Amino acid sequence: MTEATMSAGSVRAPRRRRAEDVAGLGRARATLFAAPGLLLIGLFLLFPAIWTVYLGMTNYRLTGFAAANPEFVGLDNFATALNDPRFWNSLWLTLVFVLVSGIIGQTILGFSLAWMLRNVRPGIKTFVETLVLAAWVIPASVASFLWLALLDRRTGTLNSLLGTEGAAWLIQHPMECIIIFNIWVGTAFSMQLFSSAISAVPPSQLESARMVGANTWQQLRDVILPNIKGHLLTNTLLITLWTFNTFTPYLLTAGGPNGQTDILSVYIYQTAIPGGQLGLGAAISLIMLLINLVIALMYTRVSRGKSGKKVRS
Amino acid sequence: MTTIKTVARDRTVTHFVSRVLFTLVLVIVSLFFALPMVWLILAPFDATPSLTVSWPDWTLDNFVRLAENPYAMRSILNSLILGVGTMALVIVLGALASYAMSRISIPGRDGILYALLLLSSIVTGTAAMVPTFQLINQLQLINTHVGVILVLAGGILPTVIFILKDFMDSIPKSYEESARLYGAGPFRILKDVVVPIARPGLAFIAIWTIVQVWGNFLVPFLLLRTPDMQPAAVLMYTFYTESGQADLRLISAFSLVFSVPVLLIYFFVNRRYGFRFHGGIKS
Amino acid sequence: MVTYGKRRLLTAFALTTVGAVVLAGCSGGSEPEAEESGPVTLTLTTNSITGGKNSAEADWIADWVIPEFEKAMEADGKDVTVEFQPQGVDDEDYKTKIALDLQSGKGADIIGMDGIWVGEFAEAGYIKPLSEVGGKAVDDWDGWSQIPEAVQNALSFDGDRYGVPQGADGRVLYYNKDLFAQAGLDEDWAPESWDDILDASRDLKKLDGVTPIQLNAGTAMGEATTMQGLLPVLVGTGEQVYEDGKWIGATDGMEKSLDLYKTIYVDEGLGDPVLQQEASGRDTSFQLFAEGKIGILLEGDYFWRSVINPAEGVGTAPMADRDTAVGYAKIPAIDPGKGINGQDFVSMSGGVGRVLNPNSKHAALAWELLAFMNSPEAYEARAAGTLSISPRNDVNEKLLSSDPMLTFVSEEVLPITAYRPGLAAYPQVSVLLQQATLDVATGSSVDDALKTYVRGLEGVVGPDAISE
Repeated sequence: MTEATMSAGSVRAPRRRRAEDVAGLGRARATLFAAPGLLLIGLFLLFPAIWTVYLGMTNYRLTGFAAANPEFVGLDNFATALNDPRFWNSLWLTLVFVLVSGIIGQTILGFSLAWMLRNVRPGIKTFVETLVLAAWVIPASVASFLWLALLDRRTGTLNSLLGTEGAAWLIQHPMECIIIFNIWVGTAFSMQLFSSAISAVPPSQLESARMVGANTWQQLRDVILPNIKGHLLTNTLLITLWTFNTFTPYLLTAGGPNGQTDILSVYIYQTAIPGGQLGLGAAISLIMLLINLVIALMYTRVSRGKSGKKVRS
Repeated sequence: MTTIKTVARDRTVTHFVSRVLFTLVLVIVSLFFALPMVWLILAPFDATPSLTVSWPDWTLDNFVRLAENPYAMRSILNSLILGVGTMALVIVLGALASYAMSRISIPGRDGILYALLLLSSIVTGTAAMVPTFQLINQLQLINTHVGVILVLAGGILPTVIFILKDFMDSIPKSYEESARLYGAGPFRILKDVVVPIARPGLAFIAIWTIVQVWGNFLVPFLLLRTPDMQPAAVLMYTFYTESGQADLRLISAFSLVFSVPVLLIYFFVNRRYGFRFHGGIKS
Repeated sequence: MVTYGKRRLLTAFALTTVGAVVLAGCSGGSEPEAEESGPVTLTLTTNSITGGKNSAEADWIADWVIPEFEKAMEADGKDVTVEFQPQGVDDEDYKTKIALDLQSGKGADIIGMDGIWVGEFAEAGYIKPLSEVGGKAVDDWDGWSQIPEAVQNALSFDGDRYGVPQGADGRVLYYNKDLFAQAGLDEDWAPESWDDILDASRDLKKLDGVTPIQLNAGTAMGEATTMQGLLPVLVGTGEQVYEDGKWIGATDGMEKSLDLYKTIYVDEGLGDPVLQQEASGRDTSFQLFAEGKIGILLEGDYFWRSVINPAEGVGTAPMADRDTAVGYAKIPAIDPGKGINGQDFVSMSGGVGRVLNPNSKHAALAWELLAFMNSPEAYEARAAGTLSISPRNDVNEKLLSSDPMLTFVSEEVLPITAYRPGLAAYPQVSVLLQQATLDVATGSSVDDALKTYVRGLEGVVGPDAISE
């Protein structure tokens, strides 16, 4: 028990422990274990992904002449995309969206909720958590419909509550709408994450901090944060990637009035399906992937820097 | 004397104010989350629902019409088949793979994981649907639930392994060590020792997978042909009238029916297993 | 220990594999087609589904076409089953699906298709001319003589027929007679020029809480902007979007058309520019017209029969007094005689129909089914649900007499209508046209909007394919 307590409670949570084959797995068996999963991934993910990479270098379309006779155009699609001002607008909007809605919005709201609810009466805690999780669990098409109903210009609930009949929220403040919508949908993940992380912090440390007179803010900064940093980064990475790739805002604004919410996932969709240019769509997806890669690398760099060497303390 | 009393009084005042603020914030946040959902609860029971939340003209007619729709209820069943099928596949394969990858250091392991994680974002997008379709076509799995499950699982598995590996990493080795001393083989250890500890994490993965699958439109739409195979996410888009306008009566009723199973599954799993993101015993 | 674990592992693997195989066998897979002599299954797919989109068509297929055809085949001594695979989703998604099917050599034997897609599907090699697929019986069909050539062209490409149209439609100007009376306008309105329309709108502007005119604009409404907005206006200036191998550029007609938009949405405030940007702006415009908040609306005949239709459960924005309160008029050219072909009035028509799948294993039989679906009896059965304009003259003469509006469209609008070019580039050009109207309606100058349009067009079709 003590050992368990210690390992769970080290100040530098051992995130990247050296793999230890405690169960006597052995390389061969490990490969066997991992094989079916990797096979599935290889066939249904890797294979289409590589094919998509190839598509990105052709002028392939789903219909029309280029469907029957696709030509290899090399890096032309990438050039077209990078020269298209719509691409840069889309990229900018996506970065803003991810930053405000994902990194700042969901993380802060999720953490605040987790922190505030940690000592609240169980009944209230369950109630609030249920609301937040329901928002996350409800399917995307339903959620978007609920928000369309809320924000409707003529008969929306928000307008009738605020008495602002005729305010076209989705037209006049489209980015704000999708950002808040995304926060509504996604906060549950952060909240749950921080809830577990905070509860894994050894109370002894909190006790000591309180005894030396640290107020809540100082407790947060000096005890909680160092303890959860490791997991915080990994999971913020996930939130970033998910928000980057989410398509649901399309259901709300379809790219926004005149392209004001034209985030990358919407841009790709509109290029590939209504526009029919699958080759170009694939190329843009690849560019998006590379951007995601850069972000992921940034995260690993930060996480490696923060938790120091990957040695148990 | 006065000083202490003042301090004590100030403390109580601050305390009181902060408690009030605290409650206020909680209430506002709760309202924020609850408000859009009010429509979901009221509109399905309204004979003439509109987009605004209004006290309904109570009726169950909408549900009756929904039941009369030949595909509606069947589609919920299909969603369940796809959801549970994908979940089962993902949990089994994911647990095996993440355990193996956690315990054995394969060269470039982390790099591979990241790469797969990133690639899964392409495949779940629209650009990869042609290759995916062709692949499933070649495998003769068009219009089968198995085909859809395989594609969905393939897309979800990298994230699952990523999350689970983290989880597995933080499970203390002492249990496995003891189990090994008692002569259990690795598979047994995984099954009887690690999995029970990892249950909260697996529970989260289960819910997350079902939620992802439940709302997925594009993959089942493209890979399935007949409407009696289609899941609810696809059917939801057919509730438009002749001229393509949203039929709010059907959409509201169906939205509720569509959302309830997932909510129930969440409650059930949460109650039984609790959610957790990282292993380690609560001290 | 090792053996124990290994055995467990193998069992697990075996179970998974068996499970997968069993599952694959249990789920509905596509059965291999039987030989010609044995029982035959024909499949049919359209973008309609019972209880949802185009429900009437789906019901007709399931309740009349299939039973009647199977009976007829039985009487002929053939064992034929028809399987209907309804869809019922967004047009774009449906199009993607059938494209993927056709591309992979699969797909239903008969496929419902929008005429505007015929060109790109033909270019891609997905569909072939009808007579090539169905054989001589196609050319010998007597139905062709009943379908006007213009309507046939909706499903044609490069001079070949690719499918059979299933209807015809036209666009008109709807107006609210009550509002007109209130504004002191003639209830039997028959505008002869754009100025007439603008004058009426100006009078309507005096009424409180009424938007005088709704002319679709913007990208949110998609193709509805082009079909019920810019194109009817454009053909009124005598120009078509695609003529003599060239796409329309920054021409006189385009300038005048965009000027009209500017007048309506910016200069004189006769329309609601914000409405054009709303995601469900089109549906909302229907609602507003039904509530008497919009005076004039340019729409297709299906607005009459499927939106404001007061019949129980049919209309989505029913108007109980539709027959007395709603008037309709032909869309005038900019001035008399200035429309295409020197016409005084213009309109646009779409065309949906059904094509034969070149991958079909029973092409001849599939043609029989298709011809059956387009027989006079079939259309009469279809009209029992909701009346609409059929492609056949004989059927129209018989059935439409009960509905003056549809007769009006059939007799007066169809002869003067125009169609969109069924080329692969059209959808992208359409988006550029929509964008141009959006730019103008939100305040850009007509010149700037035209510049943007031409620039985009060059990227799509190349500078050589643009007219001056």
